[in-house]
Amino acid sequence: MMTPTYHIVPLADQGVLIDCGETIDIEVNRWIEAAALAVRAAGIAGVIGIVPTYRSLAIEYDSATITQRELTARLDALLAALSVGQRRSRRWRIPVVYGGEFGIDFDDFRRRHELSRDELIARHTAPDYRVFMIGFMPGFAYLGGLDPRLHTPRRDSPRTRTPAGSISVGGQQTAFASVEAPSGWHLLGRTPVRNFAVGRTPPILIEAGDCVRFDAIDGARFETLQQDRDWLPDWEWIESGEANP
Amino acid sequence: MSTAMGVPEPGAGVAFVVEAPGMMTTLQDAGRLGQGHLGLPPSGALDGMSLGQANALVGNAPKPDCQTGQPQEFGALEITLLGPRLRLSGGRCVVAVTGDAEVLVNGRRVETFRALALEAGDELHVRRVLSGARAYLAVGGGFASTPFLGSVSTLVRAGVGGFDGRALEAGDRLPLSDPAAGIDHAGRVGERHLPQREKRPVRVVLGPQSGAFSHAGITRFLTAEWTISTLADRMGYRLHGPELKSAAGHNIVSDALLTGSVQIPGDGRPIIAMHDRGTTGGYPKIATVIRADLARLGQMKPGDRLRFEAIEPAHAETLWRGRQRAFRRYLAGLAT
Repeated sequence: MMTPTYHIVPLADQGVLIDCGETIDIEVNRWIEAAALAVRAAGIAGVIGIVPTYRSLAIEYDSATITQRELTARLDALLAALSVGQRRSRRWRIPVVYGGEFGIDFDDFRRRHELSRDELIARHTAPDYRVFMIGFMPGFAYLGGLDPRLHTPRRDSPRTRTPAGSISVGGQQTAFASVEAPSGWHLLGRTPVRNFAVGRTPPILIEAGDCVRFDAIDGARFETLQQDRDWLPDWEWIESGEANP
Repeated sequence: MSTAMGVPEPGAGVAFVVEAPGMMTTLQDAGRLGQGHLGLPPSGALDGMSLGQANALVGNAPKPDCQTGQPQEFGALEITLLGPRLRLSGGRCVVAVTGDAEVLVNGRRVETFRALALEAGDELHVRRVLSGARAYLAVGGGFASTPFLGSVSTLVRAGVGGFDGRALEAGDRLPLSDPAAGIDHAGRVGERHLPQREKRPVRVVLGPQSGAFSHAGITRFLTAEWTISTLADRMGYRLHGPELKSAAGHNIVSDALLTGSVQIPGDGRPIIAMHDRGTTGGYPKIATVIRADLARLGQMKPGDRLRFEAIEPAHAETLWRGRQRAFRRYLAGLAT
């Protein structure tokens, strides 16, 4: 694939940002994912953390071990040699109860788009969504590939609390939340899946680059799954090119 | 608690009982670093210098974490403005409080920056923080708390770390790991180093989205006097001052945040991201605070005023290395 245009800019003396600019693009996001894997694999001494996002990769470092000048030179060399190949990733099946008390904005949302209940569910469950990034809150997954018919500006006033497991839509994106959080997105439903759990190893299941498919379930099934402490969602390996958001 | 041999462990049963929790008291170490890709912020002490001093006074030298291999500070109680009243139960220990605080043992005023021996039944009361926003209470051998991803730091929002993943509440029992380890350090005294005494501007490096602002906007950011608003907590500080308008709009495609990232949301009032921040954010970031000035930022509270000064990254790195040398001198200078 083509290497996107990127700039390496300082985050004070705390980090550098490999920035591809204002874009939500699957090819750019795949390049970011490949860059994150390459930087991690390089094991550069002094690198503390690597945070991939839609369009950038933040690399935190400790200047007691490596200077920003040295780090930037290492990254330039690494990125020049980067190739984005096919990569195996996981496709998760995430059960969701839509509407009612589980998705308090569902009815307003479907009326706004002039869709029946079944049509909205069909459109939201159809795509294989790509996890563009994990961010904001522990385990919060930003998903790309939302049906353009469902693109919806964020709410005028954000809610200060939304439940853990919320499935929501904001702008061109849909997302699923793992912990209770403030949100200005439209709440369509809820999943019993907790993408972040303190007692679990690893603590998150679904990572950036993975694929997510939603399955509609009813409230009774939700309660059953929610109470089963050992239950985890199904997943399967796919080639990264297969997901088609 | 006892070992397989049936011999009680040295620290078995020694604990602080929380009689009053204070305003916002949490266990914090140097933070859960490098987990941003999971959506987890670092958490950790807002004033890392004072945390390190408190630990040094009671003999808690940083040790490599068993999961990450990185050196980690012992967890200490981070006290915000009004502190807790604690009673020691089950044995002896040594404590030290750093920061500028009014501290009482059994009702009598004691010094901060000094390792104090406590006996079972003693009451330790950090009544209030006098200047700055925070004080740190370390205990020899540390508090018993299970690390999560290499850190005991509390992140209340996710219910992680510390004691049940939350701030202290009345009636809590805070078990100690190894109180015998600190006993020899009783009486140790350190210089009173307070980051809040520094009055120069808070230093930043411009970017990563300073290009979204006009030249006049950046000049205003760097020349204005800003006031920390009442919306100031471990997640971030909102500032009052002139409004800063972004020429390129107030939403960007979400991008990583660091502690010290200065975001400008739609209302034009800057938000400085602090240790419990989100890991990503969708507002343009005009600047990032340098590492050496984070501890001082951590001591700020609503009503405090500050200015910003832009410097180059290489200069910031030099300042950080100088800070670390000064801290090593501090450790070498501890007197018993």
